[in-house]
Amino acid sequence: MNSLSLGMNLFIIAAGLTLIFGVLRIVNFAHGAFYMIGAYVAFSILQLTGETNVGFALGVVGAALVMGVVAFFVERGLLARLYDKDHMLQLLFTFALVLIIKDIVKMIWGSGQFSISTPPALSGAVNLGISYYPTYMLFLLVTGPVIAIALWYAMERTRWGRVVRAARLDREMLSALGTDVKLVYSAVFVIGSMLAAIGGALAAPRSAVDPGMDALIIIDCFVIVVIGGLGSLAGSFVGALILGFLTIFGSFYLQEWVIVASYVMMVVILLVRPWGLFGKSDEERH
Amino acid sequence: MTSRPQLIFLLVMFALLAVLPFVGSRYFVELAVQVMIFSLFALSLNVLAGHVGAVSFGHAAFFAIGGYACAFFLTRWGWPLPLAMAGAVVVSAAASFIIGILCVRLNAIYFSMLTLAFSMLVWAIAIKWKPVTGGDDGFVGITMPQALTDPTNFFWFTYAVFAASAAALWVLSASAMGRAFVAVRENAVRASFLGIDTKRMRLIAFVIAGAFAGLAGCLLAMYVRGMYPTTAFWTQSGQVIIMVLLGGVHSFVGPILGATTLYLLETTTHQYTEYWPIVMGLILMVIVLVLPDGLVGLIKRLRPQRRA
Repeated sequence: MNSLSLGMNLFIIAAGLTLIFGVLRIVNFAHGAFYMIGAYVAFSILQLTGETNVGFALGVVGAALVMGVVAFFVERGLLARLYDKDHMLQLLFTFALVLIIKDIVKMIWGSGQFSISTPPALSGAVNLGISYYPTYMLFLLVTGPVIAIALWYAMERTRWGRVVRAARLDREMLSALGTDVKLVYSAVFVIGSMLAAIGGALAAPRSAVDPGMDALIIIDCFVIVVIGGLGSLAGSFVGALILGFLTIFGSFYLQEWVIVASYVMMVVILLVRPWGLFGKSDEERH
Repeated sequence: MTSRPQLIFLLVMFALLAVLPFVGSRYFVELAVQVMIFSLFALSLNVLAGHVGAVSFGHAAFFAIGGYACAFFLTRWGWPLPLAMAGAVVVSAAASFIIGILCVRLNAIYFSMLTLAFSMLVWAIAIKWKPVTGGDDGFVGITMPQALTDPTNFFWFTYAVFAASAAALWVLSASAMGRAFVAVRENAVRASFLGIDTKRMRLIAFVIAGAFAGLAGCLLAMYVRGMYPTTAFWTQSGQVIIMVLLGGVHSFVGPILGATTLYLLETTTHQYTEYWPIVMGLILMVIVLVLPDGLVGLIKRLRPQRRA
């Protein structure tokens, strides 16, 4: 159960990363920093509203909105200049974002550690028949699949999703057919970043909010996205579950070596199937 | 990669550095040691990033491996210094050979991701393998040869290692193999038509880069008298890429210039504010957006204008 709710929390964040990679072909190192922004904004909103249910909901929504606005300006103002450049420059651009965001967070909120308590409606535990289980963990466990289904529906069943899938396959052709590809790119980047912020806001009650929280989550997301396949949403869902299980059950058998195990898994997948369990290799793609 | 103006630059630089202990204060001597260590680290990455055009996002792994190996040999096994350093370089070369075989098969993003994964693996091992690495607290209290405890002596030692390494890498860069590396970077398909085994070239470059990074790691371990897991963390790999990029990847002296500039900026910034990362981030953003050729590219661009 713990592994499932951890996995689902990771999925929300990793889904944003893989969405951005799938369409923009950019590995976004700043995704962890976006996650951190989400947690901090939610914290500040909760400071204003007090720790109520409504406050928590506002915190999550507010985190997503603030991040969305920031992401929009970052993409339009800066990132858009790099689309036709070397992928290394794009990677370094996102690395620069990490450094800048981290310090801005420190300037605004200081380098102390904060915590958010779970909203009243979700605190306590639920009797599941076999044992009691914290309600908040159950809540996390449900939000993952809900977001997964919403994303799947948006991608596979709506006109907007068709456009995004088309942008993933062939951006020139799509633009020749009269779609504003720039707009699609902005939208995908904004939505992907908002997912990171939502993930951060939701993760805040179960972990501490501090300026170092971005550095490891981004590597976790890389592990997930690599396992599932860069750009594959279904893959990141499965990848998140695998990492969740590995982290919780691995700690029984491997104790503290579990962290090593997750990197070994990432290495092995990259060696055997660089395009991941659910991704398609470049030969299959064309 | 190599040219006459660059050679002159190098000779002048080493000449000036040699004067430093006689005129500069102890502070500058120490600063120079740090700059030389990171310049060597950046130079080693450039064999990979500049010559064969494969940007590793996990180069810090070998920096850390070299440092830990040197610390371990010196302290636990009580090896004499030359043997410990040679051993550490062999260990980093062996590690980069094994990791390199696996990495050079992949291209572009996947290469970056795999090197990143390996360096995080090294980082995780450094944290967890307490009997050898000291874990989170780091490997502290390295046994040092008595002669090197004096800062001026350590300066000369670093100077000698750095100069010898730079000379070796210069010779490599100007050699037929160095040109073959560049051919692989410019056009791998055409290079392979010319009979160059591109994978083998990339692997050789990977091992050379790893070995020299390990050597730089040895120097760092002795300089700070300890070794810490953060040396292998991905942010350290990112920092060395910034150094190389700031100087310019398509030249030999670029990484030295970049490492020096970044390091001096860092120490000056620290005197005014604790917010150094944001400055580094902004520098990186400027490079990426307007100066992709780095400082060397900027100098080249400015020169013809001055003549005209």
